[in-house]
Amino acid sequence: MLVEDPHPPTPDRAPGAPPGRPSDDVAGPPAEDVSPPVLTLADREALLELMVGMRTFEERGVALYKQGRTPGSFYDGHGQEAIPVGATFAMGPDDVLCSPLIRDMGAHLVRGTDLTEIIRHHLGRDNALSRGREGNVHFGDPRRGVVPMVSMLPDMFVVAVGMAMAFRLRGERRVALTFFGDGATSPGAWHEAMNFAGLRREPVVIVCENNGLAYSTPSSAQFVVSPADRAPAYGMPGVVVDGNDVEAVFAAVHAARERALAGDGPTLVEARTMRMHGHGSHDDARYVDPALLEVWRQRDPIATYEATLREAGIDVDAVRTRVLERLDLAVEAALASPLPDPARATDGLFATEEPVPLGRGDAPWSGFAAEASIGGSGR
Amino acid sequence: MNTVDRASAPGADGSVGDAPATRTMTYLQAITDALRVEMRRDERVFVLGEDVGAFGGAFKATEGLFDEFGADRVQDTPIAEAAIIGTSVGAALAGLRPVCEVQFADFVATGFDQLVNVAGKMHWRTGLAVPMVLRLPSGGGFAGGPFHSQNPEAWFMHAPGLKVVAPSSPADAKGMLAAAIRDHNPVCFLEHKHLYRRIKGEVPLGEHVEPFVARTVRSGEELTIVAYGAMLHLAVEAAGRFEDGRVEVLDLRSLVPLDEEAILASVRRTGKVLIVDEANETCAAGAQVAALVADRAFSDLDGPVRRLAAPDVPIPFSPGLEAAVLPTADRITEAARELLAY
Repeated sequence: MLVEDPHPPTPDRAPGAPPGRPSDDVAGPPAEDVSPPVLTLADREALLELMVGMRTFEERGVALYKQGRTPGSFYDGHGQEAIPVGATFAMGPDDVLCSPLIRDMGAHLVRGTDLTEIIRHHLGRDNALSRGREGNVHFGDPRRGVVPMVSMLPDMFVVAVGMAMAFRLRGERRVALTFFGDGATSPGAWHEAMNFAGLRREPVVIVCENNGLAYSTPSSAQFVVSPADRAPAYGMPGVVVDGNDVEAVFAAVHAARERALAGDGPTLVEARTMRMHGHGSHDDARYVDPALLEVWRQRDPIATYEATLREAGIDVDAVRTRVLERLDLAVEAALASPLPDPARATDGLFATEEPVPLGRGDAPWSGFAAEASIGGSGR
Repeated sequence: MNTVDRASAPGADGSVGDAPATRTMTYLQAITDALRVEMRRDERVFVLGEDVGAFGGAFKATEGLFDEFGADRVQDTPIAEAAIIGTSVGAALAGLRPVCEVQFADFVATGFDQLVNVAGKMHWRTGLAVPMVLRLPSGGGFAGGPFHSQNPEAWFMHAPGLKVVAPSSPADAKGMLAAAIRDHNPVCFLEHKHLYRRIKGEVPLGEHVEPFVARTVRSGEELTIVAYGAMLHLAVEAAGRFEDGRVEVLDLRSLVPLDEEAILASVRRTGKVLIVDEANETCAAGAQVAALVADRAFSDLDGPVRRLAAPDVPIPFSPGLEAAVLPTADRITEAARELLAY
């Protein structure tokens, strides 16, 4: 049973510490050298709305699964919403996500992926994202610069390094953002990707979501040295950030992106958090001490941010109402949509036409609009 | 590097206009020529792999390319097949056309996941194309031992979404590598090491593209021998020991897609088939050909479907042991004689 806090607060490693704090002996300039990005009140409201959107969707997803309407399985990232939302919010429209993983629904929402299509995908209905060929978390909208994940981890990290290499070779000002969990830092492919990225200084932003558990196996049984502390050995900074603080995640990933765009190479941002539910809806996670979960519940990323924004004058109840209305409409539309045509299960194995480039995603952070208006960079 | 496709640039390949001239090349030179021509033609094409840069590759397949195209387009990599293949998938998704060299085909096992789970399934799952080529120096015959002699093509035939080709001649090596580079899908290109410097032939200069279909290399009426890669040459040698017009030899050239119509048309005409693989027998490419013939040409058969392949053991090092497991022209001749007399 996991009873020990995987990330116990210490004076040196306190969750909630200022973002962008590098681990020891970083390679290259520390992230603090970059001026911190400004979040407007509208940005902050958007961050809250995206996190609430992820949680509300996933709560409904669990219900649909338990009602037997969703085939296969369902996975949620309850308590981890700040990571995909904060990280993706720092991406420009031409940046690619390769790839949002199991607990990263919020990343798809930031990019503007159609909610009804996502629900159709989960339900195994015909849909524009996967045509029913894939389920649960295996989706992404290439039209919005998102490459869908595969189950073998961290395979898409390796692929992201290759995408970043293409950007560098063509002299394009864009980055690849990749996500993986603490469990994905054990396979050999992780080492190969870290080594390639550091060696060639590829413009890749690496977000490690350390939630303390690889399915049922705690970090203490996975590795001795944390992912962030391993990063300098590959020639890149490892930055530890409070994964339950959406603005801290945003700032750390923004700094990592700036560093990549400047040609200084990759950064590994280790966002520390706690997995609050089972690995999937089939897993009751009885191997986690309820007392430990209670400690982390006090640090819920949405509840704490809501309190902050309420004080700042934002109508958080209106945010929740908007999210719920959108979700209800999307679920209704998805449930009314047809199943895929079985006669088409085998088509499209091979590409027969010149590939279509990945599209541009939404980049809601106000800073990108400001950069564009002064003819600046960031795109 | 930019993405401008120079296909339409006049004179880019030196072969615009009249029918292209040819030159005698080894199988290996033809591969290098294909890489050079396609890299000149399309700036999206680049090569990467272990020691492929200034050194020119373990077999010198990339010799001269580093000097002409530079380090960005002829990339030396760390020894890391998963990253070589995985970053190629990413580069392909981002609009480039990577050609990775796996130093020996045997080593591809360490990058297997990126091929079969990421690249192969990508288009069917997501609609995203992965235009990349994996060059796999394969095959035995020169005391390479268990880790430098394999013919792993069947691994990839069993993974949906990968094309698998295995040329036998210099002209095909060039034309099919060019076709693989221009293909919009991941292509496993099996180039047989034992053919590299032994086999010479006339190869068209400039642009030369060969489709992924089978070819009849010798016509006959009484028996079809189906082979590919290095075995094709042994099959032709064996067929030549019989009177002209008796034994037909079909070079598969492509395993995925498999040219089923060409196989069936030949077998339906001759009524007998001998299928030769250098690979281990179980579930080899030849097993698929045998199943195809049994399923769809049964009523046209005048004899049993026969196969020759390496037994299901690793390829041994010592020349006598290696010769004991690899098919030979004599064994092919013997099997052909039995079938002709059936």
